[in-house]
Amino acid sequence: MTVIFGVFLLTLLVITAIAIVQARNLFVSVMLSGIFSLLLAANFFLLDAADVALTEAAIGAGISTVLLLGALVLTADSERAPSTNRLVALIVVVTTMLVLIYATFEKPRFGDPFAPVHQHVAPWYLDKTREAIDIPNVVTAVLGSFRGYDTLGEVFVVFTAGIGVLFLLGARSGEYAQQGPIDSAQPGGLRHYLIPRVVGRLLMPFILLFGFYVQFHGDYGPGGGFQAGAIVAAAVILYALLEGEDRALRVMPRGLLTGLIAGGALIYGAVGLAGIFLGGNFLDYSVLSSDPVKGQHLGILLIEAGVGITVTGVLLSIFHAFAARDKF
Amino acid sequence: MELLGLYYYWVFAALLMIGFYAVIAKLNLIKKLIGLSLFQAAVFLLYITMGKVEGGTAPIFTSDNADRLFSNPLPQVLILTAIVVGISTTSLGLGIVIRIKEEYGTIEENEIQEIDRQ
Repeated sequence: MTVIFGVFLLTLLVITAIAIVQARNLFVSVMLSGIFSLLLAANFFLLDAADVALTEAAIGAGISTVLLLGALVLTADSERAPSTNRLVALIVVVTTMLVLIYATFEKPRFGDPFAPVHQHVAPWYLDKTREAIDIPNVVTAVLGSFRGYDTLGEVFVVFTAGIGVLFLLGARSGEYAQQGPIDSAQPGGLRHYLIPRVVGRLLMPFILLFGFYVQFHGDYGPGGGFQAGAIVAAAVILYALLEGEDRALRVMPRGLLTGLIAGGALIYGAVGLAGIFLGGNFLDYSVLSSDPVKGQHLGILLIEAGVGITVTGVLLSIFHAFAARDKF
Repeated sequence: MELLGLYYYWVFAALLMIGFYAVIAKLNLIKKLIGLSLFQAAVFLLYITMGKVEGGTAPIFTSDNADRLFSNPLPQVLILTAIVVGISTTSLGLGIVIRIKEEYGTIEENEIQEIDRQ
């Protein structure tokens, strides 16, 4: 049954992808890519990747749709000229696809427990998580502790991308960032629509609560800083869409967002350095407490908080950078 | 059943190439970026597919699944972070497209090249 469902979802995925590329109206493409992300998240869930499914649903179906729509407002809502080299492109693409499909006949079958990918470090992580870190979610253990260096790198990539967007789009936003009294005669967002506003207001606290649950429950179930950051950012973006960006900026001003971007990355780095000063290695959490396992728990909690803070800050800053551009 | 075991890989190949087609054949820069994220999603799917173990469960210990077979957590960790990095880099791309629109007044590749040639 699961196999049939999986095949069904995968086929839908391909159909949606073709529709995304075919649609000339960019708005349609963006909406379809939201559906694509949701289908992809369902697929990830069937493939036992609960954490990844949560991330894809929050980021792909939520945040990325909003950001793409923000970009559409500023650029164009449909493609103009059809491309001239479509036939060549089609030949290249189909040939490559056939080569790739030919190559898959050499690959281990789906779900094969003896595939090479399961023979290397993965069993070690599954074995050691319980004794060295003692948290139920192995994904969080690998992400936060065993491969903490990689995650630190990823956080800095997110940090750099956020700074990059601010450099590109923030240059002229200073003169528009005045914090005067909100002019209720010119309602921003959906302030004058009653139903979205009421429903949105009801939902917002629960979205935020769920975000914090995902943040702090990440050791025990699916969740962690990356997902929680996206969910909290989604809640604030919902607020901004309903009430207007000016009100959202009152709640979380730009200065605070910039602080969050840098602060989260700094917390992560500081935990790493604390490990050195306490006599361990960089990002070795065992020395943070007298009991190594307690130290691991503390370290993972702190770095996950850092990750969540940076991701929230970056996603919200990008959203506001796009939204502020609209006023020129 | 033998062929069904390869279906995930074929979907990967199809999605990868649909995304690549959008990148090389479409002239609209936003469409190219959407294609690039399809390409990226295909890679995510490949990684997660490889991590799945037949009869396995999500790699989260509970009190009653200590003797269960678990799927591979490592590809999941890689893709989890890659999704967030992906949206950040896509936004950077969108930021560049918005600046191009402001400077050139268009986001169609051929029109931009024409303006550049003048």
